[in-house]
Amino acid sequence: MPNGLPIVSDRRASPLPALGALVAGAAAVLGLLLAEQQWEVATLAIVGAVALLIGGKLGWGEVVHRSATDHHRWITPVAWLTAALVIFGLREHNFELLMLCTVMLYMVAGLGLTVQFGYTGVVNFAAAAFMGVGAYTAAVLLLHTGLPHVLVILAGGLVSAVIGSVLLLPLLRTRGHYAALITIAFGILFRTFLEVNDTLGGPQGLKVPGMEWFGLVFNDAIEIDDETEWSFYLRYAGLCLVLLFFAYHFVRRLERSWLGLSLDAVRLDETAASAFGLNGAAWKIAAFSIGNFLAGMAGAVYAMVTAFIAPASFTFGDSLILVSIVILGGLGNPLGLLPAALIVVVLPEKLQVIQEYRFLLFAALVIAILLVRPGGLIPRRARDYFPGTGGR
Amino acid sequence: MSQELLVASALSVRFGGVRALDGLDIRVHEGEVLGVIGPNGSGKTTFFNAVTGFVTTAGGSVTLGGETITGLVPREIARRGIARTFQRLRLLLELSVFDNLMLGQHLSLDHGIVANLLLRGRLRASMTSHIESARHLLSYFSATLPGKLFEPVSALTMIDRRRVEVCRALIREPRLLLLDEPSAGMTPEETAELMRDLQKVKAERSRLAVILIEHDMDVIESVSDRCAVFDYGRKLCEGSYAEVSSDPAVRRAYLGVDDE
Repeated sequence: MPNGLPIVSDRRASPLPALGALVAGAAAVLGLLLAEQQWEVATLAIVGAVALLIGGKLGWGEVVHRSATDHHRWITPVAWLTAALVIFGLREHNFELLMLCTVMLYMVAGLGLTVQFGYTGVVNFAAAAFMGVGAYTAAVLLLHTGLPHVLVILAGGLVSAVIGSVLLLPLLRTRGHYAALITIAFGILFRTFLEVNDTLGGPQGLKVPGMEWFGLVFNDAIEIDDETEWSFYLRYAGLCLVLLFFAYHFVRRLERSWLGLSLDAVRLDETAASAFGLNGAAWKIAAFSIGNFLAGMAGAVYAMVTAFIAPASFTFGDSLILVSIVILGGLGNPLGLLPAALIVVVLPEKLQVIQEYRFLLFAALVIAILLVRPGGLIPRRARDYFPGTGGR
Repeated sequence: MSQELLVASALSVRFGGVRALDGLDIRVHEGEVLGVIGPNGSGKTTFFNAVTGFVTTAGGSVTLGGETITGLVPREIARRGIARTFQRLRLLLELSVFDNLMLGQHLSLDHGIVANLLLRGRLRASMTSHIESARHLLSYFSATLPGKLFEPVSALTMIDRRRVEVCRALIREPRLLLLDEPSAGMTPEETAELMRDLQKVKAERSRLAVILIEHDMDVIESVSDRCAVFDYGRKLCEGSYAEVSSDPAVRRAYLGVDDE
């Protein structure tokens, strides 16, 4: 009988499948963002879907996972480096960088939902409202105080978590549909509150000053020489990537620890878990607050990136979009958020033909994917406490 | 005589107008196996639920090692050293055998943010020793189960699932183990095997007390030191298996034999 940590396989897998997936992913992101013709986008979408179907049938996911796990020490940094390179590659494309920022911030909020809904089973149909809390907090702090801007981002998360605690009492007393209704009600209340509140700009919203960091003004143009000018969104994209980096690894480590096990136990059978000493309410409070903290930070950065926020940016529809990203990507799998957020955020912008039908398309897409792949685009895997141990 | 561990006196539970438990007196000593039998609806599982804090009692008291535990919430009772299984298995099916066992260890694990998120090296070391002890415990019950430590419980056979549930209750070395009908869904041979394996664990933990709810009289006869017979939320009689099974009232109420 083997002792100690189980090793998935004695032979290390080749790093090529993981690298291949990385290159294909980067190419898909760049292709999707830079495609200008409708037919290019459509072709890319179809190729992606076919690759997904064939890959699913042939077990590519398993191969890539093995390869990435066996070489995680350098594959993970290389993946982040690739993301940075993709952003740098788009340095002269304003609109594309802005979309990428939105994708990354939706992913951060999606990571929050992953903790709440994916792990702990606490529903939250007001994720966009919690982003809104963070955004408005940032706007007010930036307009009226001299707080360092990094702290403004943290404050957005904190205020969002604190305001979320208002919902804790009703949330802990209800389950399922009723808990969902409470969060929906909160989202609608939040929007109504913003619309009638003149100090927060009412329905017209607020202009938000840009980010500054040690004298670096994010909104300034980046002039390289007389001919070339890089988009000022380049700095914001970097900021979003840093936020995403921390949020991603935070959630990953959370899952791969005793904490993640407890959150899963609350979702799967809170009553049985209580027989072993687990305090379900405490874990739900922690998960809900962590999730709202992440959404709030995403909202604070979102406010700075877009320079303008209004109640219409944080509607129930946006909350639904966030939930659909989490489910589409694969509930509980942070990696799935990337393709899901790309599809949901970028595809409608690129396929102008479908603009008017975008919600119809999402609904159809989510239903179709859940029928074909019930676990989502990249289904969650068994908990792998440490890469190469345990769940294969 | 070994020391009294669990004392339930005049314990009552009501569901609306129904007296699910009606002034029940039960005593269990350290190291003892008490078999509980009785017809369906006689209050056996309700007794477990009352002891573990899953239902509120309407009267009476429960003490564990002299300390009153009546009215405590389940997690507080778990903290004092009572572990249980459920009649209908309540394992976390999607999760691995290891995860399920570690839920049984919940109260012994460090849930600090720093310990879990930052000091990963130390977490890994402690996890390695938990994996070791989980394998060791499973090896009492099956030769193959330790090798399936990281398989999802949903991939296991019924008997393996039962074994995992029993191990989940045993892993934190409780003072009292409550087994709610472990034979449900298993063949008599499998049940006998499970009980034999449990005895092996018990042999090394001399003070571990067990209360076993069971329909299968052979199981009761082979493992229990003493039996209590429940009927309509009351204790009909108590004693050794031989005494209980020859009691006329028991034969009438439970064994379905007319006394001539």
